[in-house]
Parts: sequence; structure tokens; C-alpha cells
Amino acid sequence: MIRHMIGMAFIWIGMLFNFLGVLGLLRLPDVYTRLQAATKCVTFGSAGLLFGVFVLKGLTSFGFKVLLAIAFIFLTAPISAHAIARAAHRSRVPLCPESVADLYEADHELKEEGRHASS
Amino acid sequence: MRILRWLAGAIVIGALAGLNFFVFEGPLLVKLINVSLFSALVVLYRVIRGPSPADRVIALDILGVLIIGVLALLGLYYEQGFFMDIALIWALLSFVAALAFAKVLEGRRLDD
Repeated sequence: MIRHMIGMAFIWIGMLFNFLGVLGLLRLPDVYTRLQAATKCVTFGSAGLLFGVFVLKGLTSFGFKVLLAIAFIFLTAPISAHAIARAAHRSRVPLCPESVADLYEADHELKEEGRHASS
Repeated sequence: MRILRWLAGAIVIGALAGLNFFVFEGPLLVKLINVSLFSALVVLYRVIRGPSPADRVIALDILGVLIIGVLALLGLYYEQGFFMDIALIWALLSFVAALAFAKVLEGRRLDD
């Protein structure tokens, strides 16, 4: 009984994180802000939901597959998010007008100047 | 134009209410699956009407992670184990697809 309560609590928390992350994906003004809201919230929310399912199912084959899915999500979601953010910045997707600094662009320009000066 | 947009929203909400979308019946897990599928619907809005291609790729990646949660809940509801196999394969394919789309967006070739 108490195992059922703990599992359902984890599932509810994960569902709340999922919904808030999707709301950020809908409402935020920019590619990069959308990316960080959606990726962080949805990764943590899905991991919490799967951990709740693992608590409910116990140490069966289903539970071990769920643990494998958690490890896979934690390994792959930041990698794909980083790749998409770098690709968006290199394909000149503009930032939203309220943003104040673009440090990646500044680093890129400094590197280009250094290459010209050295050559 | 704004009137047309409000009208489209009213038609969509009316259709959802007519199909008993907001009336949750059945056990608790079915309600949770409904909430997850509603989140996936919101993500599909961003896929269809993203201003840039990067938005669509992000939304597809997020949709893959959401579908993993939905499949875990479905496996819990139907007491079947093969749903998690589908979820693992879906996660793998979504990851590879996101990396490939990132390379294409960046302007490089796929065998680079």
C-alpha cells in the first residue's frame, strides 16, 4: 500500500514537470529559451515518471527495462539538446529582442580575429 | 485576422468538448495518460507552427521523451512488458534523428 502511494506520488510529480515544460515550449519567445525550458523539465519529468513506474512494478523485468530507459534518457537528452542549440546558433537563428548578451557569438568573433592576426 | 484565429480556437475547443475530451472517466491511470497525450498535442502545435526549423527539431525530440512516459504508463495499465521495448527503441531512434537533423541544420554532410 505505501509502495503504491510512493509510486503514484513520483508519477504525479513527473507529470507536473512534463506539463510545465511543455507550457514553456509553447509560451517562451525564443529558440534557445524554449530549448532549455523544454529539455530540462521534460527530461526530469519523464525520469520521475519512469521511476514511479519502477517503484510500482518492483524488481521485475519490466522494472529493469524502466531503469534502462531512465539511464538512456539521462545520457542522450543533453547531448541532442546541445547539438540542436549549436546548430541553431550556427544557422543564424536570431535571438529574441529582449536578450542582452550573446557570449557564444563574442567568443566566435574573438577566435576569428586571433586566426587572422596569427596568419 | 484575429477574429479568424479566435474562431478557429473556438471551433477546436468545441470539437474537443463535443468528443468528451475534458470529461475524464475510468481509472486514474487513464486520466494520467490523457494528460500526457494533451501535452503531446501542445507539442504538435509547436511542430506545425515553429518559426524556424530548429523549433520543429526541438519539438520532435521532446515528443519522443514524452512518448516514453506514455508508453510506460500504458504498460503499467495493460500489465504487458513489451511496451518498454517499444519505448527503448523509440528513445534510440529519436536520439539518432535529433543528431542527424542537427547536422543537416548546421550545413554539414551526414558522413562528415
